[in-house]
Order: sequence, then structure tokens, then C-alpha cells
Amino acid sequence: MTHLLPPEFFTATVPLNAYLILSAILFAIGACGFMFRKNIITIYMCIELMLNAVNLSFVTFSYQFGKVDGQIYSFFVMVVAAAEAAVGLAIILTIFRNRGTLQIDEIDTLKN
Amino acid sequence: MDVILFTFFALVAIVGAVSLVLQKHPISSALSLVSVMVALSVLFLLLGAEFIAAAQLVVYSGAIMVLFVFVIMLLNAGAERESRKGGLAQFLGLPLTAILLVFASYVITQSMSNAKAVKFGAFTGGGPREVGWELFTRYLLPFEVTSILILIAIAGAVVLARKEID
Repeated sequence: MTHLLPPEFFTATVPLNAYLILSAILFAIGACGFMFRKNIITIYMCIELMLNAVNLSFVTFSYQFGKVDGQIYSFFVMVVAAAEAAVGLAIILTIFRNRGTLQIDEIDTLKN
Repeated sequence: MDVILFTFFALVAIVGAVSLVLQKHPISSALSLVSVMVALSVLFLLLGAEFIAAAQLVVYSGAIMVLFVFVIMLLNAGAERESRKGGLAQFLGLPLTAILLVFASYVITQSMSNAKAVKFGAFTGGGPREVGWELFTRYLLPFEVTSILILIAIAGAVVLARKEID
């Protein structure tokens, strides 16, 4: 396999911008899901997707500057996301027990 | 080789994210999110962040997604119903997100014109040793604050999710 392909093929590099744009695309998809979906659990997963996209940006900049600080920040984002998931899912459980629904447009007491 | 790995896993991530948004059933969305997270962990590895890649697999696609799947099963969540009560977001959401994406890409390409190219193995400062050293010296205070945050989250989750006992 190695001799079939030109040697530049194995040494070619990816521009750093590609990682940042991928991160922006994932964030935009997550934001879209956050706005259009009606299931409270799916909306929660879209938030996790956006957090992941931001993590990718942090790690990319960590590579750019050759320092580990960006990775530490993405580690903290992960920890906060874990805490947020535990509390948020407990809130979802409570809402479901009180309302019997997961559709966010049926939970509109504050609106009326 | 870098280009193949990046292209493949970037495509997996994007397809998984689109599938997360489009699937009607929450459990399919959860599985799509797991595929996004695994793809992202490979990209972290390509960027030299070994510890973060492992933590991504263990914490995110392991712990957090298992929690999600547990809740989906516990609540017996079915496919979501169609509803047209979207309001403003229904019309403005997609154009505004597209504008955000175009603007962000423009800013990235303009301001990062002298960025390094990413080569696997060029940055080796992301192992557990280096991350741990920084975490327990310069970032010690945030680390301790994080432990208090997690303690509060545990207490909050228990208080919120318990059954009312008279």
C-alpha cells in the first residue's frame, strides 16, 4: 500500500483553521437543535454538543500556542458539564413527575 | 495520513451532529451524540491532547451519556410529537445560525492566516503528566473550587430527584 501512493500523501498536514471551522459547524448544528427541538432531553443533548464544540476550539488553540492551558480549560468544561448533566437530569425527572410530559411547549406555566 | 484521519472523523462528527438534531426518538439522538464524542476524541488525539482524549471517552461518552440513556429509559420517553408552536425561532433560527456560521468562518480565516499546520506528534505536552502538573500547581485553586461544585451538584441532584416522604 505504501508504494502505491505518493510520499506527500503521508506527510500532508491539516490547516489549523479546519479544526476551528469544524468546531464552529458543530456549535451551529447544536444551536439549531436547541431552537427547533421540542423534547427536553434532546435539547439537553444539543447543549452537550455545543460544549463539545467549544472544547475542540480550546484544544486547537492549545496546540497553536504550544501550551497545555487550553486543555486544562477544556477539562474544567468537562467537569462542569458532568455536574450540569447530573442536576439537569434531576430537574427533568422532577418536571416529568409533576407534569407527565417532556414536550417543552406544554410546560408554559410562567407564560400565563 | 493526518488528512485522511481528520477528514474521516470530521465527517463522522458532522453526520452524527446532524443526525442528533434530525432523529425523532431521544435514544437515537443519544447514540448519535456518542458517535460525535468518539470522533471528537480522535481529533483531540490528533491535536496531541492525550489526556483530554481519554477523559472525553471516559467522562463524556462513558458517564454522561449513560446517565442520559438511563433517564430516557426511566421516563420511557417516546418519539417527540410535531408541534407548530415554535414562534420566532421557527423563522429566524436557521438564517441567524447560518449568519453566525459564515461570520465565524470569515473571522477564523482572516485572523488565523499564520496558524500552524497540525501534524500528529508535533505537540507532546498533552499527556497526563503535563496536564496533572499544571492542574496541581497553577490551577490548584480552580481545581479545588471544582470539587466544591461537584459536591453541590451531588447534593442538588439528590434533593431534586428524591421522592417526597411525608
